[in-house]
Amino acid sequence: MKRWLSLIVFFGAMLILWEFSVRAGFWSRVLVPPPSAVAEYLFSSVADGTLPEATWITFRRLVLGYAAGFILGLPLGLLIAQFKFFESTLGLVALGLQSLPSICWAPLALLWLGQTESAMFFIVIMGSVWSIALATSSGVRNTPPIYVRAARTMGSRGSHTWLKVILPAALPFIVGGMKQGWAFAWRSLMAAEIYITIITGFGLGHLLHYGRELHAMDAVFGIMIIIILIGLLTDRILFLPMERFIHRRWGTAK
Amino acid sequence: MTTVLEERLTPLPTKLSVERVSKTFSTSQGRVRALDEVSLQVRGGEFVCLLGPSGCGKTTLLNIIAGLETPDTGEVFADGKRVSDAGSDRMVMFQEPALFPWLDVMGNVLFGLKLKPEMADAERRETAESYLRLVGLERFLHAYIHELSGGMRQRVALARALAPNPQVLLMDEPFGSLDALTRDQLYGDLQAIWQERRRTIVFVTHNAREAACLGDRVAVFSPRPGRVQEDFEIRLPRPRDINSVELAEHATRITRALKSHLKPGLEEVGE
Repeated sequence: MKRWLSLIVFFGAMLILWEFSVRAGFWSRVLVPPPSAVAEYLFSSVADGTLPEATWITFRRLVLGYAAGFILGLPLGLLIAQFKFFESTLGLVALGLQSLPSICWAPLALLWLGQTESAMFFIVIMGSVWSIALATSSGVRNTPPIYVRAARTMGSRGSHTWLKVILPAALPFIVGGMKQGWAFAWRSLMAAEIYITIITGFGLGHLLHYGRELHAMDAVFGIMIIIILIGLLTDRILFLPMERFIHRRWGTAK
Repeated sequence: MTTVLEERLTPLPTKLSVERVSKTFSTSQGRVRALDEVSLQVRGGEFVCLLGPSGCGKTTLLNIIAGLETPDTGEVFADGKRVSDAGSDRMVMFQEPALFPWLDVMGNVLFGLKLKPEMADAERRETAESYLRLVGLERFLHAYIHELSGGMRQRVALARALAPNPQVLLMDEPFGSLDALTRDQLYGDLQAIWQERRRTIVFVTHNAREAACLGDRVAVFSPRPGRVQEDFEIRLPRPRDINSVELAEHATRITRALKSHLKPGLEEVGE
C-alpha cells in the first residue's frame, strides 16, 4: 500500500511539473507536448483502435518470434554443450552472431523475405536464439557432475537425466539467457519497425516513425510510454516469477 | 556385546566381492596407480570402513563398487552378479550432499523412488516420509536445500540413499565437512539406523577414530599403489561412543598400522 502511495505521489508530481513547465512556455509545444495532450492522444487512438491494433501487431511479432527463438535456441544449446564437434563449430557461430546486433539482419531479411511478417520474425528470432543457445550450453556445462553421478546411482539414465537433472540444474543460466534474448529481440524489433515499412501490418515502431514525420509529438511520447509499459509488464509477468522461483529454490540473493 | 558375538557365529553370505581390482589414472604428474590388485569381501549386513590417507584410492574403489567407474583389471560382484554399471541396489552418499536445489527435501528423497516403476505414488510418498522421519527431518519435508544446515543436508542425503531400499550403502566421507558436534550426533544416528535396518555399509574415511566407531571391520589402505594392508575387526558393543576409552584404544592401534604403511620399512606393525 505504501509502495503504491509513493508511486502515485512520485509520478503525480512529475506529471504536474511537466504540465506546468510546458504551459509556462519553457519549451515549445511542438517539441514537448504537455501530458494532457499525450493523454488525449492515447485516449483517442485507443478509441479509434489504431493504438491497440499496432500494439497487438508488435506484440504478436515479438511473442511468436521469441517463442520460435526459444524453441530453436534451447536444443541448439544442448547440442553445443553435449558434442565437442558442435561446441567448436556451432558454438563459435552462436557467439559471433550473438555479438551481431540483430537489426543488422534487416537488409538481408528484406531482400530474402520481402516487406513481410516473415522478415520481422526473422529479425526477432535472430535477436533471441543465440543468447538462449549460449546460456543453455553454459548452464549445461556448469551443471555439477556430482548431480549426474548421484542421479545415475539412483537409476536415472539418458533422457531422464537430461530432463530431470541437467535442464533443471541449468535453469538459472537459461533464464538469464532468456532475459537477454528477450531484450535483444525487443530492441531489434523496434529498430526494424521504425526502419522498415512492412505492408502486412503497422506496429508501434511504425506509428512512432509516422509520429515523427507528422510532427505529432504527442503521439511519439504516447507510443514511447506504451513501449516502456510493454517492457515493464513482460519483465513482471514473464521473468519475475521465474526469477523468484530460482531465488526461492537456490537461495540466491534477493 | 553378546548380540554382536552371536552374529559373528552365524556366517553371513558374501554381499560384495572385490576381486583383484586395479586402476591407473593419468595425471599431469604422470601415471598414478590408484588401486593395485585390491581384493575385499563384505558380508551381508556388515559395516566395513575403508581407512586410508587421502589419495590412497579408497574413493576410487568405492566408485568402482558403485559402478560409476570401471576398473582396468579385476572385477566386482554384488550378490554374485558382476557390477558393470551403477544401480539402485548400491546407493552412494558422497562427500558433498549432492542434493538437487530445484527440489524440496521431499522431492529429493522421491527422486530415486520415482525411478522404481513397481511402486505406487502413495507408497513412494509414504516411504520417503518414513525415511525422513528416520533421520529426524519430518518437520522439514517441504524445506528447500539452501534452508538446511550442513548436517541436515547430509541427513537428507542419507534418507535419499536409504529410501530406494538398496542392498548396499556406499558412503564416501559423508561427514567430513561437518562440525564435530553434528558429526558425533550423526555417528549415533547412523549406527542406530544400521542396527535397525541391517544394510551392508561400506564407509570410506581417513579418520581412524571414525572408522573404529562405525565399522565391524576396518580395512586399512596404503597409498600409491593403493592396497588393503590390514583388516581389523572391531568387537565393541553398539551403540559406540566416539569419545569412549575402549574405542580410543582401537583407534590408536589402527592409526599405528596406518602410519607404518605410510613409511614402509621404518617399522613393521607388531602384534
